Amino acid sequence: MGKKSFMKGNEAIAEAAVRGGCRFFAGYPITPQNEIPEYLSWRLPEVGGSFVQGESEIASVNMVYGASAMGIRCLTSSSGPGISLKAEGISYLAGAQLPAVIINVSRGGPGLGSIQPAQSDYLQATKALGHGGFHTLVFAPNTVQEAVDTVYEAWEYAERDRNPVFILLDGCLGNIMEEVELPEMKEIKPEDAPEWSLSRRNGRDYQNGITSIYTEPLLEGLNAMAGEMYKQWEEDDVKVEEFMVDDAEYVVVAYGIASRVSKEAVMKLREKGIKIGLIRPITLYPFPKASIRNLDYSKVKGIIDIEMTIPAQMRDDIELQVMGRCPVYEYGRSGGCLLDDDGVYEAIEEIITGGAD
Amino acid sequence: MAEYVRGTSLATAPSGYCPGCMHSLATKLVAEVLDELGQAENSLNVISVGCSALNLLYWGQDYVSVAHGRAPAAATGAKRANPERLVFTYQGDGDLAAIGLAEIMSAANRGENFTVIFANNQTYGMTGGQMAPTTLIGQKTTTTVYGRDPATTGYPFKMCELIASLEAPAFVARYALNSPKGVNDARKAIKKAFEMQLAGKGFTFVELLTNCPTNWKMSPLQTIDYMNTNTIPYFKPGVYKDKEAEA
Repeated sequence: MGKKSFMKGNEAIAEAAVRGGCRFFAGYPITPQNEIPEYLSWRLPEVGGSFVQGESEIASVNMVYGASAMGIRCLTSSSGPGISLKAEGISYLAGAQLPAVIINVSRGGPGLGSIQPAQSDYLQATKALGHGGFHTLVFAPNTVQEAVDTVYEAWEYAERDRNPVFILLDGCLGNIMEEVELPEMKEIKPEDAPEWSLSRRNGRDYQNGITSIYTEPLLEGLNAMAGEMYKQWEEDDVKVEEFMVDDAEYVVVAYGIASRVSKEAVMKLREKGIKIGLIRPITLYPFPKASIRNLDYSKVKGIIDIEMTIPAQMRDDIELQVMGRCPVYEYGRSGGCLLDDDGVYEAIEEIITGGAD
Repeated sequence: MAEYVRGTSLATAPSGYCPGCMHSLATKLVAEVLDELGQAENSLNVISVGCSALNLLYWGQDYVSVAHGRAPAAATGAKRANPERLVFTYQGDGDLAAIGLAEIMSAANRGENFTVIFANNQTYGMTGGQMAPTTLIGQKTTTTVYGRDPATTGYPFKMCELIASLEAPAFVARYALNSPKGVNDARKAIKKAFEMQLAGKGFTFVELLTNCPTNWKMSPLQTIDYMNTNTIPYFKPGVYKDKEAEA
């Protein structure tokens, strides 16, 4: 076992990025993720990396685009309004098949919304991170430790797929302090730069180009290849936690910070003899379809979607797997108002007593 | 006798720019200078959006094609990730002085160590001749059909003057490609900019006044005269900043 530290989420994931091999960060100040750029502004130069405080989110993600083209591991982070601005660059990253990691420490929305934590960006993250119809892996850890481990491994996925990886946190996880064990520093040498990159440090002596504009048949072919990749993700990369679902008559579906509050409520309800379980999607894309599709609907009387946003955004993905076999309910708080133990417990109890047979 | 050759930085594809367009001349000048400096293979062309994106077809060396206006941001990332490479952007006026104004000014202000080649033809060529941020007062375009009116559209951006007003940039110059002298001056300026980048002197910016016979609705010869009587008096050629000369 390594040494344990007590760290704030944003700082812990910034250190995890450095240890995961990240050597370039560009970003723009926005609450509640400011500790990430603040930490990296001094930390990256210590390890020979580069930090740029961009003039905008748009410029920042395009700096990442340029640095990624050179074959080094890059990161940008923001919160909802800034992720909207990065949408252009994220689409170009996907179009140009460039790996990068993007972190959203989300807050209330729409618009300028609220600087307080919320889970208001599920649909943006999983359906349309930018124009043109592409997807990224979307991870939604629920502890600082899991966030650290996710960020640390994110570039392995990004480079495997030559595609950006998106990590959806919320202001709670970004700012909470928890015990965390940091992983070892990965040593990545300049000569390890991928063959497709524009680095000449890897001995390449032929022309390479990076672009997201193609002739029509080539673009169609790349679209189809991306489609195959997304299908493969469904086979290989789904991550989900199932808690007490085997005999469950009610199943809560919740991710990130909402899953922690929901788990407390599930345990308390179990003590009262209610057969209830929890499904926690860890990857939001690919969505853990099978966990919900294959529930025993002769037993399950209801699915309860709990999110820290109103209206619930994950509900359509859940309903597509339930296929009308039981009712789907939702409960949430929104706008930066937090879910709390009593509120979630009482909401579930009310749904169970009033909402089903 | 001087030998007239195609720069090795260029691919063998024939130019598809419109007849009389100075983009091909500007691209050739850059390629020649890279050859002269032995930097063809070490160069990285950050390709922008507009007619300049046709460089995708004509460029024989490494390139990265980026979003509209964002070339200075992408070049910032590329150069910092791999500082030994000679990095340059090649941008038109819509790309650089409208949608990419924040990116160009901020990269210049940070003194990023790369070179910007700015082809200013005062119109959006690729999209069919709309008003550009550098369109001259009175100039007719598809979105200023009676001529550009400063009362509603303001005045043409003078990018060299703006960038030279910043503290960080190392070299800022503008030349017109409608005369042999202008072409020679431009080649020297491009060479100086690349040399200064290789010496780590910081941000270098070369504006090339070019034409657009198709969208100006003129013959190539007419554009040369038009540039002498209209473009050059407003966008005055010369060196606007040279930290080496100041030193």
